[in-house]
Amino acid sequence: MAVLRIDLEKNLGDFSLQITQALNIHTVLGVLGNNGAGKTTLLRLLAGLDPIERGVIEFGNSTWLDSNRGIFVPPHKRRIGMVFQDARLFPHLTVEGNLNFAADRAAGQLLPRTEVISALGIEGLLPRTPEGLSGGERQRVALARALMSAPQLLLLDEPLSAADMGYRVELMPYLRRVIDRFHIPTVYVAHTLDELTQLADQLLVLREGRCAALGSVTEVLVQLDLPEVASREQASSIITAQVTSHDLDYQLTSLTLGGQSLSLSGLVAMPGADVRVRVFATDVAIALLKPEGISIRNVLPAVVTAIRVDGASPFADVLVAVDGQSLRVRMTRASLDELNLTESQPVFALLKTASIASD
Amino acid sequence: MNIDWQAFLLTAQLAGLTTVILLVLATPLAWWLAHSQRPWIGWVEALIALPLVLPPTVMGFYLLLLFAPESGPGAWWFSLTGEPLNFSFTGLVIASVIYSLPFATQPIQGAFSSVSSGVLEAGATLGASPLDRFFRLVLPLSRRGYLTAAVLVFAHTLGEFGVVLMIGGNIPGETRVISVALYEAVETLNYGSAHTMAAILLAFSFVVLLVVYALNRRFSFRLGSGV
Repeated sequence: MAVLRIDLEKNLGDFSLQITQALNIHTVLGVLGNNGAGKTTLLRLLAGLDPIERGVIEFGNSTWLDSNRGIFVPPHKRRIGMVFQDARLFPHLTVEGNLNFAADRAAGQLLPRTEVISALGIEGLLPRTPEGLSGGERQRVALARALMSAPQLLLLDEPLSAADMGYRVELMPYLRRVIDRFHIPTVYVAHTLDELTQLADQLLVLREGRCAALGSVTEVLVQLDLPEVASREQASSIITAQVTSHDLDYQLTSLTLGGQSLSLSGLVAMPGADVRVRVFATDVAIALLKPEGISIRNVLPAVVTAIRVDGASPFADVLVAVDGQSLRVRMTRASLDELNLTESQPVFALLKTASIASD
Repeated sequence: MNIDWQAFLLTAQLAGLTTVILLVLATPLAWWLAHSQRPWIGWVEALIALPLVLPPTVMGFYLLLLFAPESGPGAWWFSLTGEPLNFSFTGLVIASVIYSLPFATQPIQGAFSSVSSGVLEAGATLGASPLDRFFRLVLPLSRRGYLTAAVLVFAHTLGEFGVVLMIGGNIPGETRVISVALYEAVETLNYGSAHTMAAILLAFSFVVLLVVYALNRRFSFRLGSGV
């Protein structure tokens, strides 16, 4: 884990960034926000690529910036690895030359070269020039190059944004592998939640240059007052449950969640293991009485903990607690009124097995 | 028929020396011109570009005055070395450097401007210091600009006539370059050697340009549009 203490103030015309936080980066800190929220600005300040009038940045024991004491450590001395939206490979060097450029300037212990190359699957690209690579290949090389510089902090600026949907699917496993294998504290900027629920453990939500929320992904996802996590396609919650058994015939995995059993489509993990399941808010329904004769297999006793109604929208968001874990539910306002739900009311949460999969 | 080989050699020395000096000199100047935000940068650019439009004799005239051992830079040089700048090879080199300056700065400045700042930022995050980035990223990415600058300066110095005549005169082995030798051959109705010298110069220039275009094509193939 690394501690990143920041106290930043930057003005850019109409926009200003103002953040004071101590960020504990366990594995990946996701930074989420709409366009213009200041995500890239924050990342560039962390890298030292832009000037700043006033601020402090401390990473672990080193001070990268302290305007009061006149300290500014330039980017090449910060020991960071940065991957930009556009890969920014050196066009006059081969892929191997790009990796060497980073390795030759790395301070401290190098990551094993062959492991980096194999983790990103770029063995076959080494003699090629960047010109002939596809968008996804360029990003993989850029990530490998950043790793070869033996960074203490990895800064990823929407590494999937330049890639189309096909590349996203292609790149995701590589990112996952890099995070799991090399254990480098990472700040990951994205403007969609999908990548972050899969890769990040902590989430910082930026809005108009200010910190709108900071916490574990699980906590932030169920904050009903955050529009950044409330879109129709993305609103969701994450629950953790333990695997009890597998049904080979029906291809289902049984989980236990506070004494209640829950079934998951597909066969995942070994019995005894915890799995994280992302449940979309639109895939959960609420019943006042335990329903009978219904195809939904997961019927969990729950308690309503929060209700948020937006009068301008047809929908309402409800939070229910299932064995201490929060589940986000999206229903129509009409349903909410019909059920006459109130806080701390006991209900049943209904989850379609077909719609949930392990994250 | 007599060919003035000495003039050929002198010309090659002058053009070669001027090219080397200018590539070194133009590098920081072009970098500054490409990156400075100051409003008066236009004045400097105009001053450097003057030799492009000025009649060589005008430049030669002013340089003649500056180089005169009686006053100014010429006097300083004379007190330092005991030799005048006018009508000397050194004077010729200095004049050529000034006269060909825009042919060096402009292509190099253009090349510097087209190196993407994003690539340099990537270099910085990978641990490359500013000087390191300059030598390992900017210079190799600007090699077409340098090639163009070298060829233009060399060729321009080769063809220099007016300035040489004004400040160098026609001293064999010191200031008599090929263009002056050719002029003299014609003046003295020595058409045979004039023909030979002109033909050699023509063939040489053509071959140089041929090589440059071939190299340029290879560079553009390798560098392409960039990434």
